[in-house]
Order: sequence, then structure tokens, then C-alpha cells
Amino acid sequence: MGGSAAERGMVIVGAGECGTRAALALREAGWRGKVTLVGAETHPPYERPPLSKDAILSETPVAKAIAGAGDLTAAGIDFRPGVRVAAIDRPAREVVLEGGCRLPYARLLLATGAQPRTLALPGASGENVAMLRGLDDAARIRAALGPGQRLAIIGGGFIGLELAASARRLGTDVTVVEALPRLLSRCVPAEIAAGLEARHRAEGVGFVLNARIAAITALGVELADGSCIAADLVLVGIGAAPDTTLAAAAGLAVENGIAVDDRLATEDPSIFAAGDCCSFPHPHYAGRRVRLESWRSAQEQGTLAARNMLGMNEVLAAVPWFWSDQYDLTLQIAGLAEGAATTVRRPVGEDGFVLFHIAPDGRLLAASGIARGNAVARDIRLAEMMIARGLCPDPAALASPATSLKKLLAA
Amino acid sequence: MAWIRACSTDDIDAEDVARFDHDGRTFAIYHSPEGAFFATDGLCTHEQVHLADGLVMDHIIECPKHNGRFDYTTGAAKGAPVCVNLATYKVKVEGDDVLIEI
Repeated sequence: MGGSAAERGMVIVGAGECGTRAALALREAGWRGKVTLVGAETHPPYERPPLSKDAILSETPVAKAIAGAGDLTAAGIDFRPGVRVAAIDRPAREVVLEGGCRLPYARLLLATGAQPRTLALPGASGENVAMLRGLDDAARIRAALGPGQRLAIIGGGFIGLELAASARRLGTDVTVVEALPRLLSRCVPAEIAAGLEARHRAEGVGFVLNARIAAITALGVELADGSCIAADLVLVGIGAAPDTTLAAAAGLAVENGIAVDDRLATEDPSIFAAGDCCSFPHPHYAGRRVRLESWRSAQEQGTLAARNMLGMNEVLAAVPWFWSDQYDLTLQIAGLAEGAATTVRRPVGEDGFVLFHIAPDGRLLAASGIARGNAVARDIRLAEMMIARGLCPDPAALASPATSLKKLLAA
Repeated sequence: MAWIRACSTDDIDAEDVARFDHDGRTFAIYHSPEGAFFATDGLCTHEQVHLADGLVMDHIIECPKHNGRFDYTTGAAKGAPVCVNLATYKVKVEGDDVLIEI
């Protein structure tokens, strides 16, 4: 187990948004030793959010690079695409690659992300079933979109609804099948979900809510009442599960994600975890353990983990932030609304609005907004800063478009 | 190159931004907290989102979509996800008119 920290180097498993940002952040923070970035996919690191939106509209989906192979080389990052990790040998402080090669580490970052949840139903692994996580998935789904094609989407969450909007723009027949009574029930307020549902219906998307699915067959989605939603492709978008296999096999604690502290360190001081794969105690939410599937959180956590791998000992306190684009509507959410006692509504422009979710003690917990274009962006950003500062803004002032949120922030 | 009137000085609050379109191009005009005016290209260099919907804090404009940040007085990109600087344009104020050189 010899070698200096610089010789052993930093190893990052997972070359998505989080892992790639971490690799770059190690260099930005001044680390001159080895950095190895191991990715299971064969593509250079790319941004995933466009895969359900703009990228899938073009006939051959093209990914927007986070950093090109040349950029990584220029930064002195040893990028290993198409490589899977078999195990972590903690006593030796080595990552074991499939095929048996070993990478020694001084510090290891697990940025393994999440994998789409699979349906436990007859036919769920059939050839007419797809899920969207990577660029190759997007290319396969894209080939089944267009006029005369029928797409059934199981799951009325972000992925399903963004794909529904993109598929409609390409002229595809779309039906969304959701087990719960409404869309986006996990983290979007009912008023916003209802507005999105109305827009999707106006665009020609069909919905089956409260659905009981019996099976996926060659014809499409078979419901428990015997009816069938005919489809050429069935897209399953029912959420994602953290990829904790390596960590669990190495004996690290898993609690809805690889359990890390507020500095993103696991119980092993040489091993950190960040992004979709980890859960951490959030200081703004009473230390409640949260796991975030968010593009911006992946960046923030990757950057912070990199700095802490170098001993900077920084606390993760960023307010969670999410967005979704469907048609010309953009939804933005800052914070976590769970536990809110009151919600006030602030109109934005002609038909947009922001909901502010307030805790029993008056603290602002979260804000969720929707409008055409980016009309809610400033209000959501200012709300995010209020949440970060633990402010208790006057609810009536929040609700009034005549009140400047910037002034409330400064007050 | 010519000086083009973009707006009036009172069209933009202090520490705020507005959109200006001219001849098929789009710009963002800024009014700094100190009362000075600045101009940059309108679209973020990351994903072509218009910056006029973004938040101005002091001398920083933040993209409304992905929080890319620029110093609007110099156009300098201030870190991920933006790495390409914004083009800036000369600005002068004549009476109540804000003019930019394009």
C-alpha cells in the first residue's frame, strides 16, 4: 500500500455530471497528482438533461459534451471510457476493474449515479420496452418517434412528461399511464401538476390516471380491467434508484443511497460519494437525510467532494434546485417543500406563478414556479437565496407582485 | 460600427437587465448598482438562453436556466457550466438615451 498521495492519485468512479465536475474541480483546486476518471459508457462525458428535451428532437440525438476528450487530456485527467469497476479493495486502497486491473487510490470518489427503476411486471423486459438514462437509450427511443408511431409512457414524472412533450412535437401518438391520481406527485405541487396536465392534454397527449397495469405485451400496455393501450414502444419512466452496488459490496453503509456525512465522506476516510448515488444530512432541513437527483446538485456535490478529497473540509449546504422544460413551459423548484404549513401564490406575468412553501415557524422552505420561457427564474433564484439564509419573509409580501423579492432578501 | 439607441436610462432599474434586439441580433443591457450602463451579447454561451430573464446581483448576471455566471462589465465567465466569455459592447449615455456601439 505504498506510494505518496500524488502517486496513488485520485480515482473517480462514474463519468457523468458529478464525476466529471469533480475531476475538473480537483485540478481547479490545485491538485497536481494523478486523476483517473472511470466511466462505464463509451462516450466522452455529456450532459443528460437534454436527452429528454432538445437532443431527442434531432434525428440522431447528439449529446452536449461536459468536457471533450481533448479537454480532459489537457487537464491531465486519465479518462477511461467503457470501463466497469468490479470491486473496491478497501484494505489495499485499490479499485479493481473488470478484467482484474487495479487502480490504487489516495482518495476515491463514488459518483456512480442512479439507474432507472424497472417494472416488476410480465413483459417488462420485452424488446418493445425502453428506459431513458443514456445517449444510447435516447437514440433507440428517437427511432420510434414520429407521425404514425404510438408511444405509451408508464410514469407521469419528469422524464415521462418531458419525453411526452418531445414525442408530440415529432408527431407521435402519446399516452401517459400513471398509477397515482395525479402527475408529478413526488415533488411538484398539485396546482402546477394540474396546469401541466391541461397543457399536455391540449397538445393531444392521452392520460390514464389511477392505472393498474397487468402486463406489457407485444401490443402495448395491458391494464388490469383487460383494456389495452396500443403502442409500438413502451417507455418506462418510474424513477431511478441509486447505484450503490459497489459501495454495499465494499461494506459501506447504504441508506437510500451511499450514506455520507455533510462533507460527502463515507465512514471510510479515503472514500467519498456524491451526486445521485448518495444521501446526506441536509443542514437546511433539520439534518434530514436527503438524496437529490438534480443536475445542479450533481455539479455542486462533485465540486465539493473534490475539494474535501484534498482536505478542505467544506460543508454541503446548497439549496436543492430542479427544473423541467415541457413545450414552451419551464418549471423551476428551489428547496424541499415537505413539512410546509402554508403556501402563498405570487402571479408572474400573464399566466405564470410561483408558490412559496412556508414552515410552521415562518421559514421559507421551498418555492415552485411555472411560466412560459424563463419568467419565474429570477423569483426562484431569489427564493433560493432566502432559503439559504434561513429567512422568514412576510407571506403577504411574497404573494404581492408589487413587492420586490430582492428588497425582501436584503431586509 | 455605429452607435445605436438601445433604451432610456429609466427603462432599466438599478441592478437589473433588459433585452434589446437590433438588426437580427439580440443583446442584454445592464444598469449597475452604481448607475452605470453595460451591454453584452444577449444569449448565454452555454445553451443559448437569453440572459435578460436572469438575475443581476452587483456586477454579476446569472443565466436563468443553468446558473452560468458572467461579470457583465467585462463579459468574463465565472465558472461551470459556462467557460466561454460573453462579448461586450461599448455603451454611452446621452441625455436620457442609452446607446451601444455595434
